[in-house]
Amino acid sequence: MSAGAARIGWILLFLAGLAFPLLARNDYHLTVMSTAYIFALATLGLNLLVGYTGQFNLAHSGFMAVGAYTVGILTVDHQVPFWIAFALSGVFATVLGFFVGIVSLRLKGHFFSIFTLSVGYIMFLVIEKWDSLTHGPVGIIGIPVPTPIGPLRFETPLSLYYLVFAVLVVGVWLMHRITRSLLGRTFLAIRNSDALAESIGINLMRNKLLAFMLSVFYAGMAGGLYAGFVRFLGPGLAGVETTFDMTVSMLVGGLGTLLGPLVGAIMMPWLAQYLQFLQEYRFIVFGPILILLVIFVPHGIVGSFLAWRTRRVSAQRTAATTVGGGRDA
Amino acid sequence: MLEISHLTKRFGGLAAVHDVSTTIEAGRINAIIGPNGAGKTTFFNLINGVHRPTSGRIVFKGQDVTNLPADQMARLGIARTFQSTTLFDVASVLDNLIVGHRLRTRSGLWDVLVGSARLRQEEQICREKARAALDFVGLAHLEHRVAGDISQEERKRLAFALALSTDPSLVLLDEPAGGVNPDETVGLAELIRKMVRSGLTVCLIEHKMDMIMSLADKILVLNYGERIAEGTPAEISANPAVIDAYLGTDHAGIDHLEPIDARA
Repeated sequence: MSAGAARIGWILLFLAGLAFPLLARNDYHLTVMSTAYIFALATLGLNLLVGYTGQFNLAHSGFMAVGAYTVGILTVDHQVPFWIAFALSGVFATVLGFFVGIVSLRLKGHFFSIFTLSVGYIMFLVIEKWDSLTHGPVGIIGIPVPTPIGPLRFETPLSLYYLVFAVLVVGVWLMHRITRSLLGRTFLAIRNSDALAESIGINLMRNKLLAFMLSVFYAGMAGGLYAGFVRFLGPGLAGVETTFDMTVSMLVGGLGTLLGPLVGAIMMPWLAQYLQFLQEYRFIVFGPILILLVIFVPHGIVGSFLAWRTRRVSAQRTAATTVGGGRDA
Repeated sequence: MLEISHLTKRFGGLAAVHDVSTTIEAGRINAIIGPNGAGKTTFFNLINGVHRPTSGRIVFKGQDVTNLPADQMARLGIARTFQSTTLFDVASVLDNLIVGHRLRTRSGLWDVLVGSARLRQEEQICREKARAALDFVGLAHLEHRVAGDISQEERKRLAFALALSTDPSLVLLDEPAGGVNPDETVGLAELIRKMVRSGLTVCLIEHKMDMIMSLADKILVLNYGERIAEGTPAEISANPAVIDAYLGTDHAGIDHLEPIDARA
């Protein structure tokens, strides 16, 4: 029953995504939405590590920048075709993630976060200072649009919107598979308690490392997409502020849910748009909202909804069991 | 089943467990008691691989397991519960249990991505294991309940079920009756007996003396990390060293104390 309702919900969301360009009044709206999708993809990855596995990686935006610079450097400086560079953006981020993960995951809790904060800053510095490779603070300009796939060309905001949307849909679908599986349950067990997970035979290092690599793979792919979409790159993308933005999205939507980070990541840029007139002062509005949310809706919008629904289903099933006497009521 | 010889664990200068030797006997209820801070939980952590011993040897079913990590100990068949169990509070009771049998499955990322038949089959097995364990501990009716809503005693039973779903042969219970009322304690003691009847070996830490005295086949007493006595409940309750450790020398009624070893 609830699985069917969830499926209908996802189909409706998918249709809404398909139909959005009809509702958007101009290309600007399309661009805002596409950017939101790209960051939603990265946030989805961050959520696998933070929300499902309980490891708060503050270098996440660094990995997104690695993906973005992979596409930027390869296409602009080495004339590598976009799609090859795009595929490599995920690969590079994941390989780097293996080495960063195997060292940083030896630490637990806050120590892991502080360590990755430092790693993220080092990644930012390397990108900013290594002029000959990354063009330094000037950034990379003139990244080519994604090359056509057969008849599909990606020159207009509309076609780019659908490209980004398609990648996001695949990302969500894969994440759905991962989180619903025994593997996802393994990650969740680690989030609930390291010690308990270990005592039921879960190899902590191996599973955390896998979650870390999957997580930064999403960041890398999102970065690659970002490069092809925005077509300009600066070292700022690697800054920890980007990770914080994604974290806010996760908190608003709901940590450790599939839909939560999506909702948050799509909602926040729009909210930011409407508060644009406040300029930097918009954080005066953001800050209190976030504090209220953490106090009163700690599971986020989606998390709270799911908890409410689980309770309701549970009450119904328990009642049915008591009355009918059968377990599979 | 489990032979422990000269086990020592030092944290810096402090010997949390010092030169403890004992045997956990198969098919029986082995209890560990001692005042707070006696090193009981550290002793558990050494047995199931959370900590590595500073020195000493642990042999499980004839195999030296002294330096194995906790997850491998679980695979060998040593399960444990904790004083408090962290559950995923917004998920159902059954959902919390399914991962318990994960250690006996082999599906990896590839199975997940391609949606392999093995994964589906193993998920089914895990679900059945979880149901069977839930049934064993008498919580079948709570299957769909939200884990955050169940009582303290039900949480304890759920912790047992999680340990049981790993298919263990030895179960270590850390204060299984901590924080539950006397009636519920009786129920939990009955559940522990049922576990032994079904072929499991149990080793438990507990502070509730009347429960221990009626339940245990053998008791090991630790104080300041050292073994001060070992024997049947009757022997332990008459042992002056134990009375001294719990109540002070005045109550033991003797001036000089010698630890006795009931097995000797």
